[in-house]
Amino acid sequence: MTRPITKSMDIPVADGEGERYSLRMGPQHPATHGVLRVDLELDGETIVECTPQVGYLHRGFEKLAENKTYAQALILTDRLDYIAAMANNVGYCVAVERLLDISVPLRAKYIRTIVAEMSRICSHLLWLATHALDIGAMTVFLYCFREREILLDLFEELCGARLTFSYPRIGGVRQDVTARFIDGLQRFLDIFPSKIEEYETLIDTNRIWLKRTVGIGKVSGEEALALGLTGACLRGSGVDYDVRKHQPYDAYALVDFEVPLGSDGDIYARYRCRMEELHQSARIIQQCIDQLPPGPIAGPDAPDLVMPNKVPARIEAGTNVYGTGLIKLVRDRNLYISGDVYVATEVPKGELGFYFISDGNNRPYRMHIRSPSFIHIGALAAIARGELIADLIANIGSLDVVLGESDR
Amino acid sequence: MEQMAIVDGLRAAFPDEILHSYTNQGQTAVVVRPGRIVDMLRWLRDTDTIRMNHLRSLCGVDNVRRKESGLSRFEVVYNLYSIPLRHEIRVRAEVGDKEPAIDSVVELWAGANWLERETYDLLGIRFNNHPDLRRVLMPDDWVGHPLRKDYPLRGREEWVGMTELLAKVQELDRFGFDPEGHAHGQAIPDEEDEE
Repeated sequence: MTRPITKSMDIPVADGEGERYSLRMGPQHPATHGVLRVDLELDGETIVECTPQVGYLHRGFEKLAENKTYAQALILTDRLDYIAAMANNVGYCVAVERLLDISVPLRAKYIRTIVAEMSRICSHLLWLATHALDIGAMTVFLYCFREREILLDLFEELCGARLTFSYPRIGGVRQDVTARFIDGLQRFLDIFPSKIEEYETLIDTNRIWLKRTVGIGKVSGEEALALGLTGACLRGSGVDYDVRKHQPYDAYALVDFEVPLGSDGDIYARYRCRMEELHQSARIIQQCIDQLPPGPIAGPDAPDLVMPNKVPARIEAGTNVYGTGLIKLVRDRNLYISGDVYVATEVPKGELGFYFISDGNNRPYRMHIRSPSFIHIGALAAIARGELIADLIANIGSLDVVLGESDR
Repeated sequence: MEQMAIVDGLRAAFPDEILHSYTNQGQTAVVVRPGRIVDMLRWLRDTDTIRMNHLRSLCGVDNVRRKESGLSRFEVVYNLYSIPLRHEIRVRAEVGDKEPAIDSVVELWAGANWLERETYDLLGIRFNNHPDLRRVLMPDDWVGHPLRKDYPLRGREEWVGMTELLAKVQELDRFGFDPEGHAHGQAIPDEEDEE
């Protein structure tokens, strides 16, 4: 039993007999996308054994959530996958709504679909940028960040935040979209398909890119299912599973889109899947803008802080205006029902699931987060074993992991 | 296939193992004894009309403060989904009060490996025949299992690793690497003010 902190000070020494030696990659390695540590057992450049170690970013969200109300715990989900915080927020809200039987108006559903797809584009752009950078294509990085910036500006226009939004709320969204936001989004959608082509001309048939990705990190469909891979990693292996199609939530049942599938299950197939998903996301957003119905943006029984319309002229000492409003809402509508529910949503990384147990209290009795990154890192050992150490970097990038989500 | 029909099939195949079942928000769950969990999940995965081939999540629960009566203190919850047939079911296995343990399902889904490690780490539920049952999120020498309901939200004392690290920092300070102590949270004196 040794601790990472002391262990990392040991210097691995080749014993002089075989060529086997151990190497510790991370947690400060730039290509591990956060604080992932991989303990490697190497034979020359070939990986004999690979043991990923996580937990450096563990903040105990599941424990914290048990001590917060449902509305308060929303902000924790921003910090899961901080690259696509909006998708996590939406996933959390959808799950709590199912648990507590809260209805959402149609307009809010459309808006949430728009922002979830925007964050999918953001996440895929950042994935492409860093993944390409990891395996030697510098230019793509700058191109992707250029477009991602437009989306972040749009998020700022929408809710004032650029990375951690907490914009969706249980039972709807916090604020209505503005005409300027829709205009900006439309301008983005007009240029975006040509930008995707731009990335593709850079790397799609690039000989170096192909050498680094084709036939590397192969996972068969069966294997991917057993390992629990979801998202583009599973679809790259040819398994048709997308929560948006299988168990539609928000407005996904009302829009038309395709689920791109790969067949080879290698890094290139996963890359192609994600590039196709960029097109599909843009298509979904376009349809949502066109169909966006008028109406309220939050349901009548949304258990959330509601800003008082009129601030009383005189507030007695010791009264909390916001607090009293909240308690009133809760008592009047008898929101909290007991039971358990597992609700999954398709976030950019894969299937994000929330398993809630409610005890009739205003706090979750238990909240389990099924985070795709955690399971993908767990699968890394099986995928990288027997391959070259240089391909480990490509594999980590291609699994698209975020340590904030993995460690929770 | 209807979820209740799956439960009926499971009950017919394992009559002694099923305790009860219920439906909440359109999701059916079945509460079972832990003894033959691997056989049951294999049956759910391999039966042609059910084919639950996707283990969506696996987690543990500490029921000690739950208002429902008649539950064992710990349980392990499996959420299963069938990708080809598009139906789901939840299996809740009661694993006892003291020294909770259950058989590992890694042989069915390799991906259960880390999920079971996490459950062991945070709730202290042991998984028999697990290939590598170590802590995964908490440090190896952590004491206690944080998601248990009797574990405090705020710790009583500093983690031993942190204490050792601080001692190491102070030891290095003696060599004058950082005489002002800037790196350890002390305020940096404003030089202009002093002049």
